[in-house]
Amino acid sequence: MSVRTVINAAGRSVPVEINGQKAVPFKGVGKYRPQGGKYSPPIPTCNDYPADGNKVVKSLKEALRKCGLRDGMTISTHHHLRDGDLISNKVFELASEMGMKDLVWFPSASFPCNDPVIRYLEDGTINRIEGSMNGPLGRFVSEGRMKGTAVLRSHGGRVQAIQDGEVKIDIAVLAAPSCDMFGNAKGTGGNSSCGVLGYAKADSMYASSVIVVTDSLVDFPCYPMEIEGNYVDYVVVVDKIGIPEKIVSGTTQVTKSPDRLLIAELTASFLEKSGILKDGVTMQAGAGGTSLAIAVFVDEILKKKGWKSKFGFGGSTKYMVKMLEEGRMGYILDAQAFDLDAVRSVENNPNHIPYSVFNAYNFHSKGNLTSMMDIMILGATEIDLNFNGNIVTHSDGYLLHGIGGWQNCLHARNVILPVPLFRDRIPVIVDEVTTLCGPGELIDVIITERGIAINPLRKDLIKSLKGSGLPIRTIKELKDEAERICGKPKKAEFEDKIVAAIKWVDGTVIDVVRKIKAK
Amino acid sequence: MSSKIATTGNAGPKVRSDCEIIMELTAGGGIRIDLSSKVKALYGDSIIDLCKSILKFYKIKDASLKINDSGALPFVIAARLEAAIRILVRSDLEYLPEMLKENIYPTTPERRRFSRLYIPGNTPGMMINAGLHSADGIILDLEDSVAPGKKDEARFLVRNALRQIGFNGAERMVRINQGDQGLTDLDYVIPHNVNLILLPKCESVEQVIKVESKIQKILSKNKIANPVYIMPIIESAIGVENSFAISKSSEKVVALAIGLEDYTADLGVPRTAEGNESFYARTRIIVAAKAAGIQPIDSVFSDVADMEALRQNVLKSKALGFVGMGCIHPRQVPVINEGFVPDESEIEKSKMIVSAFEDARSKGLGVVALGSKMIDPPVVARALKTIELAISLGMLSGKWRDEMQAGDN
Repeated sequence: MSVRTVINAAGRSVPVEINGQKAVPFKGVGKYRPQGGKYSPPIPTCNDYPADGNKVVKSLKEALRKCGLRDGMTISTHHHLRDGDLISNKVFELASEMGMKDLVWFPSASFPCNDPVIRYLEDGTINRIEGSMNGPLGRFVSEGRMKGTAVLRSHGGRVQAIQDGEVKIDIAVLAAPSCDMFGNAKGTGGNSSCGVLGYAKADSMYASSVIVVTDSLVDFPCYPMEIEGNYVDYVVVVDKIGIPEKIVSGTTQVTKSPDRLLIAELTASFLEKSGILKDGVTMQAGAGGTSLAIAVFVDEILKKKGWKSKFGFGGSTKYMVKMLEEGRMGYILDAQAFDLDAVRSVENNPNHIPYSVFNAYNFHSKGNLTSMMDIMILGATEIDLNFNGNIVTHSDGYLLHGIGGWQNCLHARNVILPVPLFRDRIPVIVDEVTTLCGPGELIDVIITERGIAINPLRKDLIKSLKGSGLPIRTIKELKDEAERICGKPKKAEFEDKIVAAIKWVDGTVIDVVRKIKAK
Repeated sequence: MSSKIATTGNAGPKVRSDCEIIMELTAGGGIRIDLSSKVKALYGDSIIDLCKSILKFYKIKDASLKINDSGALPFVIAARLEAAIRILVRSDLEYLPEMLKENIYPTTPERRRFSRLYIPGNTPGMMINAGLHSADGIILDLEDSVAPGKKDEARFLVRNALRQIGFNGAERMVRINQGDQGLTDLDYVIPHNVNLILLPKCESVEQVIKVESKIQKILSKNKIANPVYIMPIIESAIGVENSFAISKSSEKVVALAIGLEDYTADLGVPRTAEGNESFYARTRIIVAAKAAGIQPIDSVFSDVADMEALRQNVLKSKALGFVGMGCIHPRQVPVINEGFVPDESEIEKSKMIVSAFEDARSKGLGVVALGSKMIDPPVVARALKTIELAISLGMLSGKWRDEMQAGDN
């Protein structure tokens, strides 16, 4: 049975119902205003919890049982343990042992270490994943092998879905590097420190039941309380919640590729010559090699000019920490720590402030941190002639990446995408994106090793860069050059079946991913 | 019919932008192509079409091909397949990809040659963006960076790269092999608008003459008017001894380079950072080149991670009299370019000297004075050279004298 589809405001054909739930088609940027109250979880009574505050139970299985785990429930986890996470897989291993069926996994992101859940998708324990998927998981979904339809949301969109009740979490299983018997928890301490727990906050507040799993039970109170114990039902102590060297990379590294360094240099030069970079600038760049190189080049400019960045928004890395420590960045507001220097800094530096996505990205918040930022450096798998961006699928149609904070970050004043013109023959600039994740009206500048394209909507930037000597070209010229070098790629071929829905930050459906056509 | 199997190109987990082709001529069954590629969904059909058209061009009707592709561009796939075909079939045919129009331009003997970037001749991934790094010259290297067993296939790749890679106005150079192998290399590259040939391990005038006459033969056969210059590389004690004669051996010799790895090996001493062991050779090369009116060019700097040491090395090199240097990594290019550029105080001083010279000339004075100091003609000549260079680099306006006088008023 196929569901009814409509054409949304972005011109994409999307379903009006996903997994049996009504879905609102994308209406345009800033056009959707849902009404009513926020979702609230069932009301608890403190009398039902131990008077001595000790919520420790003997195993995760017991905790799940006490939470009333049953078929069809939605289980959430966070991704702060990144590729070293040992807890998410364990939850579904136990659920499978307990004979559960049709669960929904609602992670804030998944990593290659989560590939073993494919087994539980195959045996029916899990109906679907609502979260990011890449590698073998992405392949599994793209080939139409998952029972339910995947739903991909941005980090902010995930909080939106929790707050407006689009997703009702039955049980949140939250791994924590430190936790006390009452359930107060934080991202530092113990052997599995991940720095911050910014993505777990909404889960802790809105889930019907909350289990905190730790390998470092500390004396009450565990402080600062990133997860507050008054939301927590059970505490479970295990030997290990994660593999430390996979939780944070020992060190993040600037790219060594001469071509990527060229892009980074061009980006820094663009920021300087356009006047976007100035004293008091606010910026966010990721932990990828090119972004780090941009941060290094930008820092050199700040140093040269005697300027200072007011604050930077993390994911934090040693390069941001260096700026903070040497006085060229006022504060780091941080949702996740990418390397050991960042973890050390958040543990010790009062100006390195844990800052949840709840505060930063959320559609239902009273304001948006990203719209306050001057510079946002983002990536993309594809960008089209209308500046639309794709971050979730490869040009061959396979899901390969989560949305992360990407859509939320598009609301910054200057959204800049430094990307290679092509990757291993695959052009990044195309006629039309395979999957629409971000509307072109929000994407300002594309910087490639072979030229810079400015969105025609940004007349101010086009004007300020006249005579700058920078290689400014139209996006069409860049696309034509990519195709001259690589050849024109064939479009990926799909069947009708929808395997994943892509949500916009407001919860509307901006696009879908369809099943890869069987050979 | 031979039942030999030809294998060309490269495959493996670390290989990018290349492909491996395993080809066998078969007794029947038509063309069978087994393609494994990570870009198969997007380019699978076009890869197969390309291979079929090349096989048809060589009139091969029955063959099996196994292609392990890691995102190779069409000119790379074509070179790999042609190399395989030529192992199995005797032919003089050449399957040439389109020559980019913007790649056809001549250069001049006195052209600026601060930086010349070496690109290994059998590594396509490094060729594709070579033109983006602002090097004055790009060298596709057939010599030391290509393994002995890969020399034949590298010729096809370098030839195709000369036609298909954007050089962005850089001088188009090829380093050929030594001896007869190098003479064969010329057949593959000279018809495709090469500007300059680097001649390695050059020890004698005869070597230059042999290469030059072969180049001329190919040029006239192909009716190519643009000249091809020669940069001999001196890499031995005997080469150093003959450096002046080599510099004067042909009007096509426009620059003389030194290669210190081989030179120090020839001397039997280690190459040091201070370079005392090669000081004589370097200064001898500079004197020989200057005496012959050509450009002396320094050796490469091999520590690609240490940019500060490179910067110091460039300044030393410039102070000795070299006017350029080789680069083995694109990140070395800007450091070298900046190093050879005259600095501001040098330009300012030159402006004063040239102004004083012009003033004296307009007043009909025979003696040029700056303040109380007399200025000799060679000092004026050097200042004029610096000014010329600064103008060509855009560091100084061509009308600097007018601006200076306007500033005075």
